[in-house]
Amino acid sequence: MLKMPTLDVQTNAAAAGTETKVFANDVNVYYGEKHALQNVNVNIPDRAVMAFIGPSGCGKSTFLRCINRMNDTIPIARVTGKIVIDDQDIYDKSLDVVQLRARVGMVFQKPNPFPKSIYENVAYGPRIHGLTHSKTDLDEVVQSSLEKAGLWSEVKDRLDEPGTGMSGGQQQRLCIARAIAVNPEVILMDEPCSALDPIATAKIEELIDELRQNFCIIIVTHSMQQAARVSQRTAFFHLGTLVEEGPTTEIFTNPKDKRTQDYITGRFG
Amino acid sequence: MNEHTVKSYEEELALLDKKIAQMGGLAEQLLGQSLAALEKRDPRLAEDVVQQDRQVDGFERDIEEQVISMVARRQPMADDLRHIISALRITTDLERIGDLAKNIAKRALAIADESHPKPLMSGIHHMVELALHQLKEVLDAYAERDADKALAVWRNDAQIDAMYNSLFRELLTYMMEDPRNIGISTHLLFGAKNIERVGDHTTNIAETVHFLVRGFNIADDRPKDDQTSSTLISGT
Repeated sequence: MLKMPTLDVQTNAAAAGTETKVFANDVNVYYGEKHALQNVNVNIPDRAVMAFIGPSGCGKSTFLRCINRMNDTIPIARVTGKIVIDDQDIYDKSLDVVQLRARVGMVFQKPNPFPKSIYENVAYGPRIHGLTHSKTDLDEVVQSSLEKAGLWSEVKDRLDEPGTGMSGGQQQRLCIARAIAVNPEVILMDEPCSALDPIATAKIEELIDELRQNFCIIIVTHSMQQAARVSQRTAFFHLGTLVEEGPTTEIFTNPKDKRTQDYITGRFG
Repeated sequence: MNEHTVKSYEEELALLDKKIAQMGGLAEQLLGQSLAALEKRDPRLAEDVVQQDRQVDGFERDIEEQVISMVARRQPMADDLRHIISALRITTDLERIGDLAKNIAKRALAIADESHPKPLMSGIHHMVELALHQLKEVLDAYAERDADKALAVWRNDAQIDAMYNSLFRELLTYMMEDPRNIGISTHLLFGAKNIERVGDHTTNIAETVHFLVRGFNIADDRPKDDQTSSTLISGT
């Protein structure tokens, strides 16, 4: 079907993310002696895509991993400062980290489906979190998650086959289906397309654009073009600091900071 | 400004500026020659301008092709993006300026055998001089990435418009004095209008340079002082 081209990039960007979903205040991360992330302050809007860009080792993934407390799994990592999701401090001692990770889903660089069937990959989360009460319930969640991930029509006749037998792009969409099955609020994506071919990448980007109607999405990407295409806001990290954050169209046409300019135009020394 | 990690990208951007400078120089030259052809009633010089305009057109095609290829291959961002888009916009304006110089040269051909009224010719002369000065300034502003200089050019266009308005009135009066003047006056009037249009394209370039350097468009409305569309000198 033909779709009319839309020219409302600006209005979309303006309409998206009026409400803050994730709020970071003076976040610092240390890996042992190394001060990996310094005084990061940022508001991340709901129902929008925020892209983190920056050269390797700039701290963007480190910051992403703070948002679902993945850094807790690294013994030498220490996080200070405050990260708040919907008025709740996620570093609060009383907070259940397992519950947090249900609210904040994550998709990784390399598709990592469980060595189980396609159905079980998606059903696993809702089951362990006790989100469903019957087989019918669970079937519904699995179907709707696979539909939202744009995978249903491709796999509905082979739900019993192993997830690892699919193509890379399909596996990645399966991982997205798995992430959204537990009905999260925030989805973190760490280089979700870097192992995929251009067609699979386009499918994931299309999916991200659909998902942002309902989720707060944060994506780390090395592809500036991808950041420019999928996000409404972009943050540029360099040497462990957040250099500049703003509407994506502005960051890519008229950045304020010279370091941002040098990075996105390919002038980094 | 640091250099691009990819050297050939840097070279392509420099080449783009070089072509714009050459094309701008050629447009300037044609405008100056069209005036000389008019003043000296030199049909050969006029013919020369008409021929050389093809070179200006060639520059436009060449720059356009380079821009399209750079957008496709480099996916330019930020100041590079503005640089490349600006070159595309400027080349269009310069091509139009070349056309306008060619039109003036054609008028010069048409009236080469007529006697030229001195005061009117000096009016045209001053208009071209100012237009040439403006064009030179704006090309410098582009080469030097000087937004203030571009802004000065942008404001100065009002002067050309004022000269055009007064020339317009003089030409109407001249025509009314003697119907035999209508032929040459009409040609001179079109010539003056062409110069006024050169001024407008120069102003466009000034806006582009401002956008290139500062990253946003000039906020004010441009001073538009061409009042001839509403001017009438009644014969009764």
